[in-house]
Amino acid sequence: MKDPKSYRSNGIGASVKRLEDDRYLRGRGKFVGDIRLPGMLEIAFVRSPLAHANIKNIHKPEGVEESVFICEDLISVSGIKADSGLPGFKSSVQPILASKKVRHVGEPVVACVAKNRAAAEDIADSIHIEFEELPAIHDMKTAMDAGNPLIHESWDKNCFLETNVETNFDEAIISASSIVKRTFQTARQCMAPMEGRAVVAQWDDQLSQLTVHSATQMPHIVRTGLSECLGLEEGKIRVVAPDVGGGFGYKGILLAEEVFAGWLAMKTGRPVRWLEDRREHLTSGANCREHHYEVVGYADSTGQLLAVSCEAIVDSGAYSIYPFSACLEAAQVASILPGPYKMLGYKCKTYSVATNKPPILPYRGVARTGVCFAMELIMDALARDLDMSPKDIRIKNLVKKHEMPFINITNKHFDSGDYCEAVERASTAIDFDKLRVRKQNCNANEKLGFGLSIFCEQGAHGTSVYRGYGIPMVPGFEQSNLRLTPDGGLEVRVGVQSHGQGLETTLAQIASQELSIEESKIKVVHGDTAYTPYSTGTWGSRCIVMAGGAVSAASEVLAKRIKKIAAHLLQASPEEIILKDGKAQGKNNEIAISDIAHAWYRQPHLLPEDVDPRGLEVTEGYKTVRDTGTFSYACHAVIVSVDLELGNVKILDYVVVEDAGTMINPMVVDGQVLGGVAQGVGTALFEEMPFDTAGQPMASTLADYHLPVASDLPPIQIIHMETPSPISRYGQKGIGESGAIGPPAAIANAVNDALAPLGVEINQIPITPSRVLKALSSAKMGLNS
Amino acid sequence: MKPVSFDYSVPENSLAVVEHLKNAQGTAKIVAGNQSLGPMLNLRLVRTNALIDVGLLAEVRKCVVNQDNVFIGAGITHAEIEDGDVQDPTNGWMREAAGNIAYRAVRSRGTIGGSLCHADPAADWLIVLTGLKAFAIVQGLSSNRKLPVENFITGPFTNDLKEDEILMGVEVPKPSATAKWGYWKFMRQVGEFAKASAVIYHDEHKQITRCAIGALGRQPLLLHNPEKIFDGTLTPANAIKESLPDRDFAEMTMHVTAIERALSIARNRSEPGK
Repeated sequence: MKDPKSYRSNGIGASVKRLEDDRYLRGRGKFVGDIRLPGMLEIAFVRSPLAHANIKNIHKPEGVEESVFICEDLISVSGIKADSGLPGFKSSVQPILASKKVRHVGEPVVACVAKNRAAAEDIADSIHIEFEELPAIHDMKTAMDAGNPLIHESWDKNCFLETNVETNFDEAIISASSIVKRTFQTARQCMAPMEGRAVVAQWDDQLSQLTVHSATQMPHIVRTGLSECLGLEEGKIRVVAPDVGGGFGYKGILLAEEVFAGWLAMKTGRPVRWLEDRREHLTSGANCREHHYEVVGYADSTGQLLAVSCEAIVDSGAYSIYPFSACLEAAQVASILPGPYKMLGYKCKTYSVATNKPPILPYRGVARTGVCFAMELIMDALARDLDMSPKDIRIKNLVKKHEMPFINITNKHFDSGDYCEAVERASTAIDFDKLRVRKQNCNANEKLGFGLSIFCEQGAHGTSVYRGYGIPMVPGFEQSNLRLTPDGGLEVRVGVQSHGQGLETTLAQIASQELSIEESKIKVVHGDTAYTPYSTGTWGSRCIVMAGGAVSAASEVLAKRIKKIAAHLLQASPEEIILKDGKAQGKNNEIAISDIAHAWYRQPHLLPEDVDPRGLEVTEGYKTVRDTGTFSYACHAVIVSVDLELGNVKILDYVVVEDAGTMINPMVVDGQVLGGVAQGVGTALFEEMPFDTAGQPMASTLADYHLPVASDLPPIQIIHMETPSPISRYGQKGIGESGAIGPPAAIANAVNDALAPLGVEINQIPITPSRVLKALSSAKMGLNS
Repeated sequence: MKPVSFDYSVPENSLAVVEHLKNAQGTAKIVAGNQSLGPMLNLRLVRTNALIDVGLLAEVRKCVVNQDNVFIGAGITHAEIEDGDVQDPTNGWMREAAGNIAYRAVRSRGTIGGSLCHADPAADWLIVLTGLKAFAIVQGLSSNRKLPVENFITGPFTNDLKEDEILMGVEVPKPSATAKWGYWKFMRQVGEFAKASAVIYHDEHKQITRCAIGALGRQPLLLHNPEKIFDGTLTPANAIKESLPDRDFAEMTMHVTAIERALSIARNRSEPGK
């Protein structure tokens, strides 16, 4: 492992301060909300107040007809369709504005347009819609029952897709002596980037082009989607993602609101804007994480895991979203539940159930957060049943270092790593002394507990993985375009989008490493379809591996061309030339790279006769050695205290042992882990959007929907392991989601460790005071009876 | 999330405010710190024709120290009480309570009078001032009146003000040197409204004992037999059971715990200022 002290001051491995932070910290970022265009109109949507209803009539009040738009006005605009190619998938079409029926609270029905948002909301206030209310499908567990009203009338039941996998299960469980069965439930959450969704659209007659500024993670995918829905050639659409204030998956989607804004800009000839407000965000954007699991773990008397069976329901909401579809989440559950554990048999059934809730969207970690919660709680339940320690049962069953690369029971190809070592290090680093001392001084109303979770994060997985899902987007080669400027600077163009990942810095570090141009002279251009090569965008922990690989590949080609010219100017052979400190160095002499650029652009008479006519601009494509993904992993260890009188859980100590492979920028890796853990703590303890039986979201402000805040977080100790991935350019692995995956499992295991002496186990998140108190009270009653 | 349009005025004195209120006939709202009303206007949960800003009005921005009590103007901010910019009649109890209201940003603008008038059931001043046996000072067009805080708050988000009245401030009695006080609230997160809260106030010299619980979804509840709660002959669980027979288990547990912890603070901490 690399000693942190050996990290360099620039290039790969250096904790270079983020170049983009200069403008962010000074409040000079430019977000969609900062865009002001002359004559710009603002949109306010009238959203469905009901979860499930037929629309009988929409009254446009007199005098504002020109400013009010309903579905029937959107001539030749198609709804959003995102089918999966998986057999049995039921198709849905998400209308841009609902016409005959509404299928979740918050669905846009009418759009009102005015010179400012307040005036648009005044018009929205005056709209009256007559509904015929239908019973709402609010509970995924009963959604598929016969006799329920159908959310999509042509279906036979409220289910997008069922899957069923089984491997060697019946044989595997013959010698089982410990069998534990549990039901797990995760809550519906609302991802909460600081900046909401936002779009500004404008038609340009001169260019014959629709320009859409959108707070998106995937500008190229949005362009393709807009083209499909608006019936407009892609060449006539430019999508720009300016500074984007966080995404986490919330902005990895084609929005009905984007399609409407695009249409309206063309219809009116004026720039139009829609900025999501916090109420819209909370009432129509609670769209992730809601899973229900029935899991059985089977082990023999030595603690050897034999098999796992699982029935999982994912509440997929009302529509299939573009481009990820309604089934990515459940498909992931089935394929990643076993994770890094060895087992002989496995079976898993999944149901992507349709309900009258906002359509499900992958949130940082996608299904992994729920899956890790289910699997790691089963491991602890087995450990308790077998009287083993959480650490021992994991060490016994995790894949060993010498077994790498490892193909697990669901055919996932683990590229590298030492999972047992991660468990060892986390267990050593957690402050057990604190636990022991506190335990001695603990008052009668407090219990302390220790919890572990370990998991892997498949990142940057490509064509072979996604072709199977058959969704509208399958990643292939990732490209980058590099251009040496006439004064020796470098422009790096990538199709991914950076909205907190620090790619303006880390991609510059990679180019700097290869070309020896200092980072401050490198401009990373991203988030604009007009300037950058096509890309599926920023999702799936893919950017540092895929875009980083593409920048590296293009840099390599550019370096060759620079060396060729340098060799000519230095009277040397290209093989002798090395690039160092911004110069091309021969054996006895050197020339600045800026002079080479000057020669190409401004003094071409100095160039060799056989110079490459493509010059100092390069586009290269890149794929990993195999496209099954890099497997980063982490072990989280936590100590909690539980207040038995209030049911309150406090985190006392938190350790993350993380293997990101080769770290391009360790500081950025730390930042990703810290932010992710904060979100994971939210999932574990705070965040929940309850829906009532009418399908109404019950938390409509941030006073009711509790996000984790700074004072909820303990100091988090991060320990790095660096096992290079054999399939990526520098051995780097995607870790963008990791921090958010482990906390619910580790924290729940710690709470259950604390409460085990009282006979209490909690298998539902978030772990709120009232859930803890209820569990404690039922345990007491159980003892009494 | 933008408010409907409204008029905005800054009257020069309280009589002008009352005049204004009378003319508006219930369609105007008084605003000071704007920490609750602002978001509610933005959400259009509240719609008003006019906002009357009293945040800078000298009469509600003052503090008067009397022999037995201190008058704190309704426009005094939580931060001013927290920082000791105005005299704390309780020698520190109010400062401590003020310092734990929401966040500093909210405390810098939010006012004691605004908080009382808004009457959020979980707000700190409702229960603290009820526990301290404080009075609300109300001015109308022709007369003033003074009423106990527990009578000023008439329910969740409702107060006793008539259409043409304004809350001028609160009169907080000075406790005796040997009085005991405990205020405890349960918040999971810094800055959020309490899930349960309790005060206990025992002033042997003045022969006052009060015990109230808050965050009930209604105005703070003064419990019967507070002396017995304080001396331990009536358990918090029994004290609550009597007054709130049909609350859910988890909620009851939190309130019982709140009283127990307030009691423990009161018993372990002695006189004001110590």
